[in-house]
Order: sequence, then structure tokens, then C-alpha cells
Amino acid sequence: MSKIHVTATVNGDPAEFLTDPGTTLLDALRDELGLTGSKEGCGSGDCGACSVMVDGRLVCSCLVLAAEAEGRRIETIEGLAHGTELHPLQQKFLEHAALQCGFCTPGLLVAAKALLDANPDPSEEETRYWLAGNLCRCTGYDKVIRAVLDAAAVLRQERRAA
Amino acid sequence: MSDVLDRPATAPQFDSVGTRPIRPDGIDKVTGRAAFGADFVMPGALHGRIKRSPYAHARILGIDTRKALALPGVKAVVTGADFPDLDEELIEGGEAASSMRDLAWNVMARKKVLYDGHAVAAVAAVSPAIAEAALDLIEVTYETLPHVIDVEASMAPDAPLLHDHIFTSGMPEKPTTPSNIAARHQFVRGDVDQALADAEVKIEARYTTKAVHQGYIEPHACVASMTADGQGQVWSSSQGHFMVRTYCAKVLKLDISDLRVTPAEIGGGFGGKTTVYLEPVALALSRIAGAPVKLVMSRDEVFRATGPTSGGVIEVKLGATKDGTITAADVLLKFQAGAFPGSPVGAACMTALACYDLPNFRIVGFDVVTNTPKVAAYRAPGAPIAAFGVESAMDELARKLGMDPIDLRAKNGARDGVKAAYGPTFQNIGFLESLEAIKQHPNYAIPLGPNQGRGVAVGFWFNVGGESTAAIHISEDGTATVATANPDIGGSRASMAIMAAETLGIPVDKVRPVIPDTASIGYSMLTGGSRTTFAVGMAVVQAAEKVVAELKRRAAKLWDVSADQVAWEGGKAVCLDATKDVAPMTLKALAGQSARTGGPISAEVSLNAQGAGPGFATHVCDVEIDPETGGVTVLRYTASQDVGRAIHPSYVEGQIQGGVAQGVGWALNEEYIFDAEGRMENAGFLDYRVPVASDLPMIDTVLIEVPNPRHPYGAKGVGEVPIVPPLAAVANAVRAATGVRMCDLPLSPPKIRAALDARAT
Amino acid sequence: MPQFDYVAPTSVDEAVKALLAAPAARVLAGGTDLIVQLKAGRASPGAVVDLKRIPGSIGIRREADGGFTIGAATSGAAIGEDVALTRAWPGVVEATNLIGSTQVQGRASLGGNLCNASPAADSVPALIAARATCVIVGPAGRREAPVEAIQAGPGRTTLQPGEFILEFRLPPRPRKSADAYLRLIPRTEMDIAVVGAGVNLVLDGAGVVTEAYVSLGAVAPTTLLVKAAGDALVGGKLEEAALEQLDAAARAACNPIDDKRGTVDYRTKIAGVLARRAATIAYNRAEVR
Repeated sequence: MSKIHVTATVNGDPAEFLTDPGTTLLDALRDELGLTGSKEGCGSGDCGACSVMVDGRLVCSCLVLAAEAEGRRIETIEGLAHGTELHPLQQKFLEHAALQCGFCTPGLLVAAKALLDANPDPSEEETRYWLAGNLCRCTGYDKVIRAVLDAAAVLRQERRAA
Repeated sequence: MSDVLDRPATAPQFDSVGTRPIRPDGIDKVTGRAAFGADFVMPGALHGRIKRSPYAHARILGIDTRKALALPGVKAVVTGADFPDLDEELIEGGEAASSMRDLAWNVMARKKVLYDGHAVAAVAAVSPAIAEAALDLIEVTYETLPHVIDVEASMAPDAPLLHDHIFTSGMPEKPTTPSNIAARHQFVRGDVDQALADAEVKIEARYTTKAVHQGYIEPHACVASMTADGQGQVWSSSQGHFMVRTYCAKVLKLDISDLRVTPAEIGGGFGGKTTVYLEPVALALSRIAGAPVKLVMSRDEVFRATGPTSGGVIEVKLGATKDGTITAADVLLKFQAGAFPGSPVGAACMTALACYDLPNFRIVGFDVVTNTPKVAAYRAPGAPIAAFGVESAMDELARKLGMDPIDLRAKNGARDGVKAAYGPTFQNIGFLESLEAIKQHPNYAIPLGPNQGRGVAVGFWFNVGGESTAAIHISEDGTATVATANPDIGGSRASMAIMAAETLGIPVDKVRPVIPDTASIGYSMLTGGSRTTFAVGMAVVQAAEKVVAELKRRAAKLWDVSADQVAWEGGKAVCLDATKDVAPMTLKALAGQSARTGGPISAEVSLNAQGAGPGFATHVCDVEIDPETGGVTVLRYTASQDVGRAIHPSYVEGQIQGGVAQGVGWALNEEYIFDAEGRMENAGFLDYRVPVASDLPMIDTVLIEVPNPRHPYGAKGVGEVPIVPPLAAVANAVRAATGVRMCDLPLSPPKIRAALDARAT
Repeated sequence: MPQFDYVAPTSVDEAVKALLAAPAARVLAGGTDLIVQLKAGRASPGAVVDLKRIPGSIGIRREADGGFTIGAATSGAAIGEDVALTRAWPGVVEATNLIGSTQVQGRASLGGNLCNASPAADSVPALIAARATCVIVGPAGRREAPVEAIQAGPGRTTLQPGEFILEFRLPPRPRKSADAYLRLIPRTEMDIAVVGAGVNLVLDGAGVVTEAYVSLGAVAPTTLLVKAAGDALVGGKLEEAALEQLDAAARAACNPIDDKRGTVDYRTKIAGVLARRAATIAYNRAEVR
């Protein structure tokens, strides 16, 4: 079986790789492109640790075939910060201690960014339901939600100032 | 943010302890750069896969690996025959002793498979697809046997026998025939039967729980590389890389120092990663293949073939006087151990009544093997199960007495000077304070509406000390490295930096914590038992104190005074000799002169920490029930806990919130479901239902500081107590909301609806 | 993961040919069921045919007559973002948006949800109650069929080899009409429905029900359209007696199984509860139009 050649944009940069038809986008990101920030927690779309954005849409990369990435715009956790400048979500996660083991954190941050892109002023309930697909076993979600709401406020403020 | 309540007289001022700095590994964790077990790449690594039994109980009649070996791209195949035979050996580790022979048999089956998912063979190949194909080519011939899952069914005389060498320990006379009952534990005080007979108010009830999993999001993963001469390297995420080294050495009969284990970042453990499953297999494959081998579990394998905790039976009898003095408690526990002995029933016995000061009690516990995965530690192992029964019964007792549930615990509660049910006499404990904190908390006064109820429960965990090593090295520019040998599973390295910084008197961000591999630092017991901040912290502080002593000697040398004329204040050496006109010297200045004054400045301390302070907690939970669907919504949750001293309050709060969330999941929806063949039906996060973000409210915490005088900063372990009360707190709240006592966990909606319907008829 | 070819055709004809060319070929839209099955070894197609680059497979269009056409591979997230569709068919949209997590919503499609043919599919009861139809393309050309005609049983459809669903159609809506969907799950999110109920009501100017469609999911091998339950509501304004009749009719129609998600007894009771609640929500929505 011959491999499929895929060209895509990953975190704003051109990327290309060869893949088997059956390889998932998650495995291609981790094994072909060396972007190990997205994690496999379950492989079946139930935990959100593999969350990435494809053409601006939040998805589980373990349920996308790598071949489907052809021509698409992929955003992963590695693209959230800009050089040394952390995204407000990342900064607030640290300030609020919204992570303990940190394994679910990349997926949570990508999902939270997708939330704030779609809804800059979510309520606590809206935030909890949006993030229901990101399992965290360490924090009980309390500080995660606080961090997201705090980052939302920062981003609204930045937008007003701009 | 929580309330942090101090006993007023002893509230000291610290520079770093009690502050909330950003954790030192934070940027790696929020950018995806941190390397967990499966992220590590070793060039040339082969892909490993494990073949697992599809039967809950069977004899292995033969394994034919020839076709698998012949498949192009397969570099190694192992079965039980490739692992050495071990004599029985018990190793202390974590909170209980582990049998190395049982561990070896669990890692790779020998004559029998004892649960669906038990490893029977493994391969290493050049690609995952070839490894998968090779597994299918391994032919295993089984003779299936009847299996048993339920703990009481397994105790019955005619139960299918898992092992023929188990003769129940702890019996008055050693049994003559083997059984599935591995051990009987007993704790007795006074005359409980007489006291129960005399009691004015009595409660008698039976409770049951199902097996649950720690549910860490990171599946087990490792990379191992072994050369033909038996030297090996392992990279894995675990709760103790020294434990990994020891266990691999035992299972493979290697010299311990021939193995070097590097800890990866760990994506959750909660006790479930205090043992090994993959590492010895990966090493064995690697040695044969002559190349490194990477082995990563799937989520399905994590559920079927790692270490959930027990399901169990808890029978409770309570006796009290009409004024609410509890005079008698009789507790019977029966816990599933899984395929090999070693459930946490012993610890459960010791914790079951620890919150209470009782004149008469009997606690008996049975450790029973079953055809389910061998249980591993799960956060305060055994205690939540026992507490579910005891605290539900206490709630019933309070109702019968017409007493507020907090008042009942306060009247009978453990306090300084009380001899604990499990032996020691309590000193410097904050149980009564935690009760009072909940009683005074706004949560306790919020009015409840229709179909709403409030439940209270308390909990206890010993916390341990143990063997720990820490090293502090001062760099030439006066910054410091603190090296400890304990994987950071919850943010502990931040606390190590805080304690080192406090002792040295320098800012926290000038102290960088690291966790070196097993060859680069002295031995440490694994991360568990809520011991790291206490015991490893003690080693850190002692190492820092040694460094301070050395810095004072260096200053003395420079000032030409005796060492006792130098004090260390605010991170500086200060000359006490009034005749010398010298300015204080900073750590940085002294470090800059270290070559002249005697060489590099560092210290390593190994100790076996004693004097760990036990933890106590009081929780309150408000729920609302939908009577038509049986659905439970958790409206509010407040947890108070005696934490000794909150070294980094944010992470102490986080431990409490995380433990509560696990307890709520255990109470409401989590359970192992087995089919008629003994196979787990819900081995994935779709149908093994851990709480999601929308299932929980904010979790309020009240940190009570009754410092532990045995620790330099008063720390007590905090991580395990929080999971102990929630099971009963939720069940008691459901009782209050519905009028129905639910005695079997989990409290899933169909069961609540059925209970409501039964009461109506 | 089994070995298969991956094909991404850019026309219906190309897709039909690809489906016929490989043994046991499977269609790929969002992949949230198919990829799970491939990984678990429950499917071994010779080829996976990705529909998403075929014109018409993705997109939402309001027709001149007031109906809607929805590309069968359109994501649930896109469906939830369509303001006009959400206004006209709140039940269909909320049902679709209950499928899985936000991440699953970024991919899951109506075509996948229907053709995966789980008895517990969330969008199907709402589509059936809405009287939705599918446009099916295949070697014999185009045909249109009601959604309920696609179901054959758990995991099976009535689609012929080479056929796939290109679009869904929702009919034009009378002014005073609305739908609603509810499901029962043990947690607040992320679970497969233990019971699902979709209700679609049309009222006259006085608020009397003139048409009522009640559909139940996860209580039978296929999603049910329960005529007796709908009949119970016609001619009234959801009085208690009518709701009791609805409850009883819903329960009587159930033929569920005991499994790890629910028992027969529980599912049956809940079917009645959810039918009532969904009917009430649909009525309240329709009444204010």
C-alpha cells in the first residue's frame, strides 16, 4: 500500500508529510511532524486530549484521518504562544494553578481558545458545557473554569483597548 | 480561592511558604513541550504490543510463537517462559508491601490467566502494523475455567479457586484447604457485642461498592533499551522511578544498579502508577531484539489490564446512648483484590473508625482474590470504601438521634490525646476544627428547595513519611538547584523550591527544582501516601540547612572568626562578632568566592522521615434530584481539611478539588461492568463515566492549618484525604433529598428511580 | 487499524464509482463513528470514500418554499451556527448539537448519525418528527426517501451498494409550529442517549394542536415514529389527560433492551417522561409564534 502525500498549513507554517491511509491526524502530528503537544488519552474521541483546530473548527485529531488534512489549516497547542509571549489563556492557567499533571492541558487550552473565538463572554455554565469534551482527572475543573473566564476578561479588555 | 484558617497563636510569617508562585515547569506544560511517557523518542526504537487473554480464568496449555517470529519485521517475541522463576519476596513500597512473584506473574502470565486482559505474550516489530499482525499470529491454547467476580461469591466454599497456594492469613487456626480468601484483618477494643446489646439506639446496615479506576488521562507508556550484557535504560512515566528500577530488576533478576530509569512527566497516577506493567516487558523485548522498544497502552488496556481499586461489601453496626454518645461500632469489610492478593482492606480497617473516639469496636476485613485485574492503590486506598459505609451509617444514626450530623461527629470526634482505632495517639490534629469550619460555612446555611438535600461526611488518611533523598547545589552565581528523587504528580516540585528558598533565604525563582534519574541521586520511596511535601520536603529542608551551615563556615573563614560567630538571616551571613567591621554577605557573594573558600557548595540528605501528620476532613454536599429520571445534580460542594501548613495554597486547593471530583464520580456514575464471561463491558471513557466539567460546580475549600511540629514548616500530607468523604457526602445528600437511603454505589439514575418507585409502592 | 485505500472524490459519480470498486467500501463524513470502528477492528473496508469534497455535501440552504436543504456531511457545529435553521427547527438543531462533545460536533454529520444506525442516534428522532427526507444518490441516479425509511436495524441501513445520502431536506414550516428534542443521559454531557424523544407540533391560530409527531430513540432496534402518541395530542392544548395518553402511548411503543446504559423498565418509564417534557417545550415554542 503506497503512502499518501499531504500538504497542509500547521500553526501558520507549511508542512508536508507522507502517511498511510489509516493513520490519524494525531499520529501524523506526533510522529511525522514531531508535534507531541497533542496527546492520546483514549483514541476514541472521548477525552479531548488530542484537540486541535482544523480550518478554525475544534476537533479531536484522533478521529481525523491524516489524509483529510490535505490543504487544510491546522492549529495545535504549539501554535498558541507567539515566541516568548504566552497567550492569555496559558498565562491564566499558570496563575490560577489550573493544571496539576498537565496532560490534559494542551487539549483544554486549544478547546478554550476555540470557545473564546466563538464566544468572547461565556458564562460559567457555557464554559463548562463547551469544555465537557475535555476530561481532567486532577483538578476537578474548578481552577480551569476560573482561568478561562479570567482570560476571557483579559481578551475583552485587550480588544477594547485596541 | 479558599479560606486559610490558622490556629491564631502559631501563625508565623514566611517569605515563600504560603505564597502562590507560578510553578517552575509551568511553561513547558502549557505549551505542549513537556515530555510525558509516550512523547519520548529514542532513535531506532521498535514498536511493542502485548497479547492479552480474552478469558477471565483459564489454564494456558501452550503458546506457539513460531509464525509470529517468522513474520518479516518482527524482532522479538516473549511469553512467560522468557521470564525467570521467582521465589516469593515482599518489597515495601508505597503504602503496602508488594509480592514480587505476584507482580511478575501479573506482568506476564505463567500457567494461568486470571482476568480478561491478562498479558500472555508480547512482540517488538519495526512498525505498529507489523506488531499488531504478529500478535494475531501467536497461537495460545487455553482451557477455560469457571470464573468469579463478586467478592462474596469468591468467598463461598465452592467458588472457582484462583490459586492453590492461598491459605487465609490472620485466622485463629491456619486453614487446611486453600481458598480465595487471602487474609483476614482484625482490630478490636473493649467488648463490642455487649456494648451493642446495651445500646439505647442502634443502626445496622449493609453497603456495597463496585470496582472503579483511578482514571488518569495518560495511558501507561515507556521506552526501554537493554543491551546483551543486561544493562538497561528505561524512560517511563511512573510514580517512582526507583520503584520501577527495583521492580524491573526483581522481575528480570538483574542487578539493581544495572538499570537506569529516567522519569518522564506523568499524566496522572493517583496510586495507579505505583507499580509496573510495561517496563519489564519492554526490557525483555529490547534485550532480545538488540534495539530500544517503545510500549504504550491503549485506553482499553488501561481499563482491562492495570489496577483499579476494589469493589466491596461494608457491614456496619452502631450503638449509642440517647444523648448521642457512640458506645459501639462493628464493621465488616470484604474487598476484591483482583487476580492476586493485596486489596487495601487492611488500610480500610485502620481508617474506618479513625475519626471517632470509641470505647468499644471491632473491625474485621477480608482480602479476597477475584478474576478481575489485580487492584492497585487508588488515592487513600481502601478508606473511601470503608467511609462510604461508616459515614452513611453515621448519617442514619444522627437521624435516629435527632442530632445535627456535624454535632454527632464533634461529640464523638478524634482530638489530641485520643488513641486512634489503629494504634497511635493523636497529637496536633485538626478534626474538630474542620467540623466547625463546615458548620460555620455559608454553604451549611443556604436554604434548600424541593427535591434538594444536604449531606455531610468526614474522612481520614494517615499520610506516610518514608525514605527520601534531596540534594541542593549552589551555582557559582548564587542560584540553586534542588534535586529530589520523586516524580512530580501534582505540582510538588514547586513546593520543593519554596521550602528550599525559604530555608536558604533567597527568592523562589532563584531555586530550580529537578528530578534526576536513578543513577544521579540517592534513593527515594515512590510518590504516594501524600508523603512528598512532608518527607521529601523534610530532606530538602535538611539539605538546605546543611548548605546554610556550610555558607556560614565559608563566611567565618573569610571574616576570620569562628563559625559560631556567624548567623544566617534573610539570605545573608551576618557577623556576630562586634569587633569585626564587616557587612553581611549574600549567598550570591559567598557562592562567588566558593573556590577560594573550599570548593563547590552542595549537600545531599537521605533520611527516613518519621512523624507524618494524619489528615482529617469534613465535607458538605448539596444535591438536587429529578424524581422522574433519578438524575442527580451536584449544586454545591464545600470541603474543609486540616492541611498542617499550605506550602503552596493553590496546589493544596487543587488536591482537595481533584479528590472531591473523583469521589463524586465514584458516588454517581463510575463502575466496572462485567458481562457473563467476566469481560469488562465499558473499557473506555464513553461508558466508564468520569465527571465532566458540566457535571460539577465550583468546589469550595477551607484550609485549616494545625501545623505538624515534626516538619520544619508544619506540613501534613493533603492529597489523599479529599477522596474519602465524598462517597457518603453525596449518598447522604441523596438521602436528604429523596428520603431514600441508597446503599449500593454508584448512584446512577436508573437505581435512584427504581428506589423511588419501590418506596412509593 | 485495517488497511484500506483513502479516496476523496470531487463529484457524485466519482464517489459512486469508488464505492462500487472496492469491497465493503465505507463512506466518510465526520468520521466520529467510522474511525472509532476502524480502530476497534469492527470495520474492514477496502476503501474509505471521503464525501466532504463533493459539491453539495456540505452547506445549509434555505429554499424558496421555506424548507431547508442540509448537506449530509455538514458538521453539527455548522448546523448549530445557522440562525435561520435554528429559528425554524430548534428541535432538529438541539438534537444534532447533543451528539458528543464540542470536538465531535466539529465533525459529526446528519448523514453519519443516520447511517451509523445506532438505535440511540440523537438527531434521528428529531428528523423523523420533523418529517425530514434524504436525497440519496447512487448508481441508479437520485431518489428521495423519508428519514425513517433508511433504518434497517442496529448498524444497518436500506441503502443499496454504491448509494449514499447527499442531502437532507426539511419541509416548509407553517407559522405556528415548533419542535423539541430531549434525551436522558447519566451525566450532563458526553453520553450515548439512554432514551431520546423528538416532538414536532403544528398549532392553529387558537393554539390547538393540528399535527403532532412523536419519535423515540434508544427504545427499539430503530428509531420509532409513534402515531398513537402524536394522535393523543391532536385536537387539544396539551391538557393533562392528553399528556397522560401521550406518556402511555410512548411507553407502550417501547421495545428496549437491557444493556450497560439502561434497563428495559427504566427506558420505558423515561420514554414517557421525555415525551411529555419534549411535547411541552415544543408547544411552548410554537405557541409564541
